[in-house]
Amino acid sequence: MPQLRRNVLPGFRLSLGYTLFYLSLIVLIPLAALAVKSATLSWNDFYSTVTDPFVVSAYKLSIGASLAAAAINGVFGLIVAWVLVRYPFPGRKIFDAIVDLPFALPTAVAGIAFASVFSSLPIVSDMDNPNRDWYAVTLMLVFVGLPFVIRTVQPVLQDWETETEQAAMSLGAGPVTIFRRVIFPVLFPAWISGVALAFARCVGEYGSVIFVSRNIPGVSQIVPQIIVEKLIEPTDANGVSGVSNATAVGLMLLLMSLSILLVLNFIDAMARRHER
Amino acid sequence: MSVPTAPVATRAAEVRGLPSHLQQPGSKVVRWLLTAIAVLFLSAFIIWPVFQVFRGAFSKGVDAYVRTFYAPPLDPEVLEKMPRRERVVANNEVRQAPKTRDAIAMTATVALIVVPLNTVFGLAAAWAISKFRFRGKTFLISLIDLPFSVSPVVAGLIFVLLMGRVGIFGDWATHIQWPWPWSAYWRGFEGHWWPIGFSNWYEGVIFTPLATALASTFVTFPFVARALLPLMESQGTESEQAAITLGANGKQTFRRVTLPAIKWGLLYGIILCTARAIGEFGAVSVVSGSTDANDTMPLRIEKIWQSYNTQQAFAVASLLASVSIVTLLLKVVIDRKQSEQAVVKKPGAGH
Repeated sequence: MPQLRRNVLPGFRLSLGYTLFYLSLIVLIPLAALAVKSATLSWNDFYSTVTDPFVVSAYKLSIGASLAAAAINGVFGLIVAWVLVRYPFPGRKIFDAIVDLPFALPTAVAGIAFASVFSSLPIVSDMDNPNRDWYAVTLMLVFVGLPFVIRTVQPVLQDWETETEQAAMSLGAGPVTIFRRVIFPVLFPAWISGVALAFARCVGEYGSVIFVSRNIPGVSQIVPQIIVEKLIEPTDANGVSGVSNATAVGLMLLLMSLSILLVLNFIDAMARRHER
Repeated sequence: MSVPTAPVATRAAEVRGLPSHLQQPGSKVVRWLLTAIAVLFLSAFIIWPVFQVFRGAFSKGVDAYVRTFYAPPLDPEVLEKMPRRERVVANNEVRQAPKTRDAIAMTATVALIVVPLNTVFGLAAAWAISKFRFRGKTFLISLIDLPFSVSPVVAGLIFVLLMGRVGIFGDWATHIQWPWPWSAYWRGFEGHWWPIGFSNWYEGVIFTPLATALASTFVTFPFVARALLPLMESQGTESEQAAITLGANGKQTFRRVTLPAIKWGLLYGIILCTARAIGEFGAVSVVSGSTDANDTMPLRIEKIWQSYNTQQAFAVASLLASVSIVTLLLKVVIDRKQSEQAVVKKPGAGH
């Protein structure tokens, strides 16, 4: 039993102690501040802030556009991952490398780049179109979440043994049947966690979206925009300070991210049980 | 353009001598169509926007690009002869360029503080988690990952709630004084026990560069630990155990055994951490106030963009875009080095 053998390596107490200390200082105590501060809000104030029509419309835009972007990435990410692994073509390595660019490119740079692209794109340059901001925010979020599906599906495809596929083919299955019955079930856990990761990232995105949406309350604001706006607002008509309002909406956004994280862990656990 | 190489799966099929139509699924038309969709998708969402950044940056020529960062005052006589509009532009450039340079310096300073802090943490966390067994390990890893799933705006908000005027430690944090590191000077030992003085002191945390550094530390917290953890876990503890048994002390073991094995992973983590620290926008914009002196490069881009100086905004953005392209190149190089290291190691493991 390895547990019985004494570990002779030094530095356990020091490294774990420092890890816990630094983790508390930078992450846990600040996050606890959000919980403590929201506990000081009265339930009525909290409820009226987070159900304010402008805030509700921001939830709709944030969640709706993130879902749409995650779905688009789900479809195209799968195709890109498949092509990058299976079909050699000139420049494949370059395309493979640039997939990570949305991780590396600062959000503000992506924001102004897309704002400039959108000015020449008919569906998003028409400012009279009432859905214009939905399109703009969704397209922006497609960029933000682009690498997730590709990078989760790619390793599974790389390890994939082509024999099963060939067996299905020799048994007379067409390409659609092979994809639907043989390939996709194997890819599914990785694919769905990629989609969920993209969604989680998009819900909290702020830096790039502010450059492409017009920030009109009730029409084109996302949840992070509401938080920033409330933070600098003075006390509202109900006598609640701007900071308290921002805290309430911030808590909602944090809970949203944490619940996606829980769902992700659940998917992960299911996939692992499935493997065994 | 790189030379197309067959992916692992195709090569395996070739080795087994399968007929060519079985090597790749899908007819030629499907293959061609899917490749075209993938290439168009990546071109539209990645290559086109990045191209726009550089095109925008040089839209008024190389001279205007340079004057975004360095614009010495023009000769009054030359200025006099200019048409009014050009004169306004020139004067604006002279006013804006020093602020842009300050923003670059601020970004570098923040990265210089944040990256070493998170690197030391990443090494400590990866050492504790990968080399020892203890209860609650999985939970600790999820806590380390937490900043990845927190919206940048919430990351800024929590520091305001902690140290802002109405924050939990507000009374203390709004009066704390701290020195600006670059204002250090030698004052000698006469009358002091500590020979280094600072000419520039800040008061408070929120709306100062310290808050920018704190928020950036939060946002980039997991990067180094995350890059090291899987690597160090796969390496196990045998080499270190052997070194200790042979009489090496902890420091020697870490420096001679662990560090060489993880150097590429460590470098990768540091590069990602730096890239994110340089480019962070949401968290930093919440805690820095709108003071020009606190601007990092992304905040500077927003301000210039808001004042409709598109070309200048793209010029600053082009620097950040170049950094991220270099990051991607380094990632490719490091991936190659890492797989080389793995290949070299494997045959040796049997001996």
